[in-house]
Parts: sequence; C-alpha cells; structure tokens
Amino acid sequence: MVLVWLIVVLMAGGLLAWMSNTLHRDLPRWIALVTMIVGLLLTVMLWWQYRASAFTVGADGWLETYSVSWIPEFGISFSLALDGLSLLMLMLSFFLGAMAVLISWNEIKDRVGFFHFNLLWVLAGICGVFLTMDLFLLYFFWEVMIIPMYFLIGIWGHENRRYAAYKFFIYTQASGLLMLLSILALYFVHGSATGQYTYDYRLLLGTNMDPDTSRWIMLGFMVAFAVKLPVVPLHTWLPDAHSQAPTAGSLILAGLLLKTGAYGILRFVIPLFPAASHELAPWMMALGVLGILYGAILAFAQTDLKRLVAYTSVSHMGFVMLGAFSFNELALQGVVMQMITHGISTGALFLIAGILSDRIHTRDIERMGGFWNSMPRLGGISLVFVMASLGLPGLGNFVAEFLTLIGAWQAHRLLTVLGAIGVVGATIYSLRIMQRVFYGAQPLHQSYQLPDLSLREKLIMIPMVVLIIVLGIMPQYALDTSRAAVVAILKGDRAIDHDAPTATIKQGGTHD
Amino acid sequence: MTRADFLHVVPLFILTSASILILFSIAVKRNHKVIYVITTVSLLADLFFVLNVSAKTTNWIEPLFVFDGFGTFNVALILAIALAVTMLSYAYFEQREERKEEYYILLILATLGSIVLVISKHFVSVFLGLEILSVSLYSMIAYLRKRERSDEAGIKYLILAAFSSAFLLFGMALVYTVVGAMEFGAIAQYLSNHPVMPLMLLMGIGMMIVGIGFKLGVVPFHMWTADVYEGAPAPVTAFIATVSKGGMVALLVRFFTQVNGHHESILTIFTVVAIASMFTGNFLALQQTNVKRILAYSSISHIGYLLVAFLAGGSLGIEAVSFYLVAYFITTTSAFGIVAGLSDKDRDAERIEDYRGLFWKRPWTAAIFTTMLLSLAGIPLTAGFIGKFYILAAGVSTHHWLLVVMLVLNSAIGLYYYIKLIAVMFERQAEPASDTSTELHPYFYAVSGITMTALTLTLLWMGIYPHGMISFIRTFIASY
Repeated sequence: MVLVWLIVVLMAGGLLAWMSNTLHRDLPRWIALVTMIVGLLLTVMLWWQYRASAFTVGADGWLETYSVSWIPEFGISFSLALDGLSLLMLMLSFFLGAMAVLISWNEIKDRVGFFHFNLLWVLAGICGVFLTMDLFLLYFFWEVMIIPMYFLIGIWGHENRRYAAYKFFIYTQASGLLMLLSILALYFVHGSATGQYTYDYRLLLGTNMDPDTSRWIMLGFMVAFAVKLPVVPLHTWLPDAHSQAPTAGSLILAGLLLKTGAYGILRFVIPLFPAASHELAPWMMALGVLGILYGAILAFAQTDLKRLVAYTSVSHMGFVMLGAFSFNELALQGVVMQMITHGISTGALFLIAGILSDRIHTRDIERMGGFWNSMPRLGGISLVFVMASLGLPGLGNFVAEFLTLIGAWQAHRLLTVLGAIGVVGATIYSLRIMQRVFYGAQPLHQSYQLPDLSLREKLIMIPMVVLIIVLGIMPQYALDTSRAAVVAILKGDRAIDHDAPTATIKQGGTHD
Repeated sequence: MTRADFLHVVPLFILTSASILILFSIAVKRNHKVIYVITTVSLLADLFFVLNVSAKTTNWIEPLFVFDGFGTFNVALILAIALAVTMLSYAYFEQREERKEEYYILLILATLGSIVLVISKHFVSVFLGLEILSVSLYSMIAYLRKRERSDEAGIKYLILAAFSSAFLLFGMALVYTVVGAMEFGAIAQYLSNHPVMPLMLLMGIGMMIVGIGFKLGVVPFHMWTADVYEGAPAPVTAFIATVSKGGMVALLVRFFTQVNGHHESILTIFTVVAIASMFTGNFLALQQTNVKRILAYSSISHIGYLLVAFLAGGSLGIEAVSFYLVAYFITTTSAFGIVAGLSDKDRDAERIEDYRGLFWKRPWTAAIFTTMLLSLAGIPLTAGFIGKFYILAAGVSTHHWLLVVMLVLNSAIGLYYYIKLIAVMFERQAEPASDTSTELHPYFYAVSGITMTALTLTLLWMGIYPHGMISFIRTFIASY
C-alpha cells in the first residue's frame, strides 16, 4: 500500500500545488517541497526497514507488492512491486525532485503553480515506471511522464524551447508506441500459448516464444528504452531538450528520465527476453561503446555549457549499455551505480550551469572564464563534480565505471578496451569545463556581478557533494541494496509458476 | 404489426413527431428557446426509451429493419451525440441573426436518417436512411446563408453526395441483378453458396464501396471533407463528423459482417483505403493553418484507424470499433464544441491565431481542448488512448501487422499537429494582441459549458476506468 501512496502523494501534491497558486505566489513551492520530502522520508524508511534482511524478503524477492484489478476485460491490473533496485531509484527520484524544487525557487517566476504541477507529475510518472509490474501500466506511466515534461520544456524553456519540446515529445512518443506494439504482441503470444491473457510482468516472465518472435518483440521494447537512455543513433533529441529545458527540467531529464531507459533494460528487456538479449548482446554493447566515444568527442566540441553536459550524458549512458549486456553481477551492479551516480553528478553539473546562467544570462563558455576569483565556493563544488564526471577514485562515478568495465571485460574484451578509452575522453572534456569556466582570465569585455552561492544554493549543492563522496567511499550501502535484485535479474527466476493458483492476479478475458 | 414491433419503432416515431411538432410550433410563433426545449426533450425521451424500454432481445421487422444489440447501441450513441450537438447549437445560433428555428427540424431528421442506417438490413432502408440524412445535411451545411463559405460548402456537399448516392444505387442494382435480392441475409446466403464471386457482383460491391467511401470521407473520396468542415457552422461540422460518419461505419460493419464479405479482393481494397486514409489525412493535416481543416484531415486518418479494427473483424474487432466510435464521437463533438464556443457572430474561431495563449485567458476552455487533442492523439488518461489500444489489440490478435505498424507510424505523425495546437494555446503572450479588431468576442452560455464539462468527464472516465464502458458495450454486443 505504501507504494500506491508514493505515487498518490506526488499526484495529489501536484494538483494541490496548482490550485494553491491563487492563494499565494510561493505556496506551490512549499507544497512541492514538502511532497518531495515526505516521499524521500518514506523511501528512506523503507530502506531502513529492509536493510536488516539484506533486501531479500519472500520467495521471489519483492519487498513490497500491491495489486488491484483495473481492466479485467484485458487482464490489466494496477500492480506495483518494490525491490532493492526500484528502491534505490525511488530514493534518487525524491532526492533530485527536492533539489529541482529548490533550484526553481528564484528561476521560475510565472505560472508557478502549473510549473510545480508538471514537475510533480513527471516524478509521479517516473516513480510509476520504477514500480510497475504490469506492462500496460508501464506504458501508461511511460506516457504520464512525457506530457508534463513537454510542458516543462515548452513553457519555461530557453529561446529554442518549442523545437526542443516537439522533438522530445515525438521521439519518446513514437518509440513508446513501438513498445506498446511489443507489449501487445507479448500479450497475445503468451495468451495463445497458455490460454492466460495477462499483462502481468511476473506471469509473462519465461514466456515460450520462437527466437524470431522473441527478437522482434524485444527490439520493440529496446527502441523505447534506447531513445530514453539514449543510445547513439537515437540520441538527437537529448542535447536539444537538455539545453532548452529550465534548470529543474534538465535536472529531472538527466537525473531521472534517462534512468527509466536504463531501468527498463534491466527490469524488462533482459528478464523477459533472456535468449534474444544474449543473442544481440554484442551489438548492444557495441552501440554502448559507440555512444561512449561519440558522446565524449561531441562533448568536447560544444560551446554551450548545458549542451556540453548533455553530451557527457550520452557518453556516460553508453556504460549502461555496455554493462547491462555483459550479463554478470559485477557489470550489472556497475550499471546500477552508474544510474545513481550519473544522476547526481550530471544533475549537479546542470545545476551549476543553471546557477551560472542565473548570474550571467548565457550558457556560452566562450564568454566565461576566471570565475574562481569571484565564486570560489561554486568553483570548489564544480571541481568535485567535474572530477566525479571524469571518474576520479573516491567519488561515486569511479566505482560505477570501474565495476562496469571489470564486468564487461569478462564478456567482451575488445569492446571493453574501447569503452575504457572513453574514460580518457571524459577526462579531456571534464577538465575543459573547469579550465574554461573557472580558470583563466575573465573575458575583458564582460563585467559580471558574480555573487557566490546563496544559502539556498548551498542547501542544494552540499547534500549532493556529500552524497557523491559517500557513494564513492562507501558504495557498499548502495551495492547491498541492489544486489538481490540484480541477482534475480540475472537468474531470471522470478516468474510465477503458471499452474500455481494466483490469488491476487485476475485472469484476463479470452479473445481469439 | 405486433406490440413488440411497435415498441421497437417508437424511437423513430418520437423523432418524426418531434419534427412535425416543431414545424407547427414555428407556424404559431417563432421562439428559439421553445424549439430548443422541444428538441432536447424529445431527444432525451428517445434516448431514455431506447436504453430502458426497448426489449433487450433481437427483433426483426421484415424485411427492412433489425433491432439487435449492435443496432441499439449505435442508436443510443447517435441520439446521445445528437443531444450534445443540440446543446452546443443553442449558444452558437443564438448569437447569429439568421432564422434559427428550422435548423432543429433538420437536425432531428438527419438524426433519424442516421438511425435508420444503423438498424437497416435491406438496401431500400439503407438508401432511405441515407437520403434522409444527406438531404437534411445539404441545408444544414449551408444554413448560414450570408456566409460565402457556407454556401460553397453546401453546394459542394450536395453535388458530391448526389454522386455518391448514384454510385451506391448503381452498385445495389448490380448486386440485385446477380443475387436477385436486396436483403443482407439473402446476399449472405448467395455468397456462401457461390465461393467464387461473379464479376458483376464484385463490381456492384465495389461501386457500393465507392458510395460508402464518399460518405466516410476516406481516401481517395476525401476531397469534400476539408471544405465542408470549414464552411459548415461548427455544430453542423461536429454533426457530420460524428453522426453522419458513425452511422455509415455501423452500416459498413453490419453489412460486411453479415454477408461475410471478408472476401480477399474486398479486404485488399479496404486495406489500401485504410492505409491511404491514415497517411493522406495526417500529411495534409500537417500543412493546415485552419483549425477546422486540421480536424477535418485528422478525421480522415481516424476513419483509417477505425478501418483497421473493422478489418481485424471478430468480436474483438467489433468491440474495438464500438469503443473507438464512442471515444471519437465525444472527442470530435467537444473539439468542434470548443470551436463553436469561441466563435462570435462574424466568423468561426478557426484560425490558429485565435487560440494563441488561450490557456492563460480561458484556462478551462483550453484545458478541455487540450484534453480533446490529447485524446485524438491517443495519450493515456483519455478515452482516445484506450480506443487506440483496443484497435491495436484487435489488429495484433489477428496478425494484421502491416496495418498496426502503419497505425503506429501515423499516430507518431499525427502527434505533431495536435501538439502544435496545444503548444499554441500554452504560448506565453508578452503583451495583449495589438490588433484587437480581429479578436473574437464570443458570449458564454451555461448550457454549452455544462455540455462540454460532461463530455470531458465522460472522456476521462472512459480513459481512467474503461471497465465501465467496455462492459456496457459487451452487454450490447453479446446479443449481436
């Protein structure tokens, strides 16, 4: 039941924030902030509660489940479940959500209520994706997070926001429709094989298909997740969307929306289609490596700070593809770590870009330089995240990339070597950020008023710094949380036996 | 005629007597409000009668009519939408100076024609229903005589509808020559006895498809759609897009299911027509700057989507058609309702400019229009999504891969223009529009507001909790 509450709190908070706008200008901000903190506390409490049992409860390892019949005609249920992996992602969501509310405090000045409504509903969609156990519901939440995001970019974005918003919407929606086709195909394949028409993930696991069908259906899912992740030929929406979105939007995009793609691969593609995934694994890993290198090269060529960070995301997310299709525990744990640490470090870089453009009203790094003198605190914090982004030991990203590479080495050596070269690329583009923005001389013709971080900004940046260091020094907390879930993904043993009576899951109607 | 027979035709009697009553009432005194109330009450009474009193069993009135679950469902649907159109018409025509009262007679007669279509099982009743519908529509489209566009649209529709009727009649004649009967059942029997269709029969059915295609506005018979949608008064456009097309879809489903006409060549024709309609509709809609034309072309592609479910066939296909029709009717009616609500007496709110920044000026109107556009685009939480999902399910279950992939592709193309409209409504307006002379000054009427709210809530209810509507449809289809 607590799972439903997590989503209901966000949706209700969103509506409340929207309506409260008429009462007071700042009320939506407080409502949104309280909502995020409540969510964060709930998830941390869950984490604390299940820490003792090492995040393994029950036979199939779900910590919490909830299921109620929704559209019985089609065998659709409103069914949620939580395991260590989803718990980590939820904590990340609420944490970054709170940061997003704080960073918008001064940036968003008009239509505050509607802004926070959209922000909270995006998060509701994202949390739904992290929790859903029903494929129809997956598609449903997949869409729920797109529309508010479209508004966030399209209304509060920067100069080229309309174009970016269209592009984002059409890419994600079109790929989502292909996923819907795949979901339907899986539904009918499973139904005609077993006579049980259902969208329930746990029942669909282990569906018998001939390899050809399986490959096509898997590719349908994969397209949707690859667009979100993004995987290189499908990434072109991302630099536009990231650079045009308001700061909070970029934070949510980079920190959470991309993670739904990674989560989808781990949760749905690999367990539902193990054979097809193994068969296509070298291709997928190659695409990942392509993304790592291509993203790094393009990141180096950017002059728009937010665009630069956006391309680093493309590069970092390549590691997810590389690791996820290596099929060993080390690599998958690395992927999970990458999802979290990338969310924090790249999110923080977007926040820094936002804080800078708040002061100098440009994102062009040609017009920056020498900011360390006037903003030493921001400089220091930026240094931490730049180092995190290039994979400095002691910070979270190092653990993630190291684990991924070790795991991938066992699966494919050549690709791992190429992927490791990407880390060198990361060093180059990351140091360039530091060099261009904070060192060197301030451009002569520019005279900026540069106050250092305000209390609110410190309140945002310091927890993120702490978190990235904790994850770097003591990654075991996170790794322990996700371990049981990752092992279950690899073993693929969560399928509910078809003959066993399933009390909570309604049998769907049969149509032929 | 037995008592049971009589009970079944009472819905038709109610409509005919309502139109006569209005005629007399106008002769006594012209009063818009009175006429409006008569129309509303008779449609409501009719709807109530159909839903509650009509027997739930299948009944025939030989040789013309059949009263089965599918028919009753469609009759109820048509009445409900006609009611919604009536509600929206009051505000629209009240602001205009033309004589408004006769409009309601035509509206009721057109509804009657459409109802006759969905319950007929004989060529004669099909043609009668079609003509009652078309003739009323000619004058409804050209009702605002002082507008050039309206006249042009009326004449265009007149010529093309007459043409299509001629095709339909000739097709029926050819079928009759071969089969020797005009009843669907007899044709079905003939077809089952003759596995190879004679050329003449095939030609007859082909010509009938031309006639039906004109009415549905599918490619390549779609040319009239945009002009007529643009020229007709907004409530009439809503009526054409829903009641007129819906009656034809129901007839199509009944005819081809009953005569088992899923013949190879006919299926190919419909597949081509469906795919061409989806693409043409969407691509042309992309290039429009007039909201009514955008909706016109989008309706072409939506009929294409509907044909996918029709081609999938089976009980799932019919359910999908029914659900999609309901969703599409509500969406289209409300979308044109918004257009009507924003129009003033000089012109209809049809330019994209009229919608710029609407969300910040009239948040509720814009929210409703956004919901409708999202439903047309098939986004979750709206009925349009469940409808599209239903059609995809029907298509996938019968392995119509080409069609479903085309549908998905077109949904993606269609997104662009729906989103464009939404984006315009949400656009920030820096300063008040400089040119106030082109701004519209519509009046707000509570009836329209209530109708729109009711339609929107139904749409959301169907999208969030489709179980209710699905089981409602199933109870009707079960007796089919």
